Amino acid sequence: MKSILILFSSLLFLTHNHGYKIGDVATDFSLPNVDAKMVSLAYYDQAIGFIVIFTCNTCPYSIAYEDRINALDAQYKPKGYPVIAINPNDPAAKDGEHLTDMKQRALKKGFTFPYLQDKGQHIYPKYGATRTPHVFILEKQEKGNVVQYIGAIDDSSRSPEKVSKRYVEDAVNALLSGQKPKVNTTKAIGCSIKTL
Amino acid sequence: MIFPKFFIFISFSLLSAQTVPSLSYAELKPLLNQSDDKVHVVNFWATWCAPCIKELPYFEALNKRKNIEVLLVSLDFPKHKQSRLLPFISKNKLQSKVVLLDDVDENYWINDINANWSGAIPATLIYNSQKRDFYERSFTKNELLNLVESFNP
Repeated sequence: MKSILILFSSLLFLTHNHGYKIGDVATDFSLPNVDAKMVSLAYYDQAIGFIVIFTCNTCPYSIAYEDRINALDAQYKPKGYPVIAINPNDPAAKDGEHLTDMKQRALKKGFTFPYLQDKGQHIYPKYGATRTPHVFILEKQEKGNVVQYIGAIDDSSRSPEKVSKRYVEDAVNALLSGQKPKVNTTKAIGCSIKTL
Repeated sequence: MIFPKFFIFISFSLLSAQTVPSLSYAELKPLLNQSDDKVHVVNFWATWCAPCIKELPYFEALNKRKNIEVLLVSLDFPKHKQSRLLPFISKNKLQSKVVLLDDVDENYWINDINANWSGAIPATLIYNSQKRDFYERSFTKNELLNLVESFNP
């Protein structure tokens, strides 16, 4: 009995840790934005999908992507795919990650998208985010927001001038034309998510 | 009599100043697959990564041991090599070999290094001629020592 319990709990742990796969329905959330309002995906009734990006204030890889994330929002929000940024770090575990710090960063960089705090850190484990930045592209369907892409923004985090593969653009362009993304899972270097 | 001392000082400085090659993944790969009788500990880190810096002394201590070779693969920004990486190495007197991995197509090399690596740092590869394991996590000193012990014949 005990061993069955252990097996069961480790299975739970595994499921919990793995996060979403392509085709899964992603959970909605209600998280505080830098403007102090609460934001949920459900509010976006005009959207046909979302570019959800787990990113943060202090990770240099995230910082290196800020301009590219603004550009994605500028390009795809009008087409129905707004960027929703979520900071998964526990501000108690890392200096510079409080909502007030996030607000300053959003103002300084002129973020055109909501920048939410994963308060209590309940959302990033459900998605299976492991690093910042980490992207999940969701397509709005009858059954909910379906995960269609997981991974990197492009193939060159550290040297934007050397980018040759624009994974997120390619994936959203495919979805906009009614196709599935050809490449739906990629990796990039990133910072570990900070927890206590 | 001042001159010999001066020259000794110069040559000592040259010896201790580490040169840090910038490598493509093709150039790095052989260093992740050496077949000899050593335990190889390869740590992926960056100078600004707080959990990485915390565990650097543990890797430095390992590197002093017989039959263990540590390689510190920096994932700092290539444009910061001169301004941040090299000063960090001198300031902290790092003795382990350091290389800068300067290669785009991260999706390719992250998977090639280990299919289970999500790409987050710190991360560490430990291998010998018999086995290899990859850890996407940080270590306490004892955790790292025990792991490396398990690779010793």
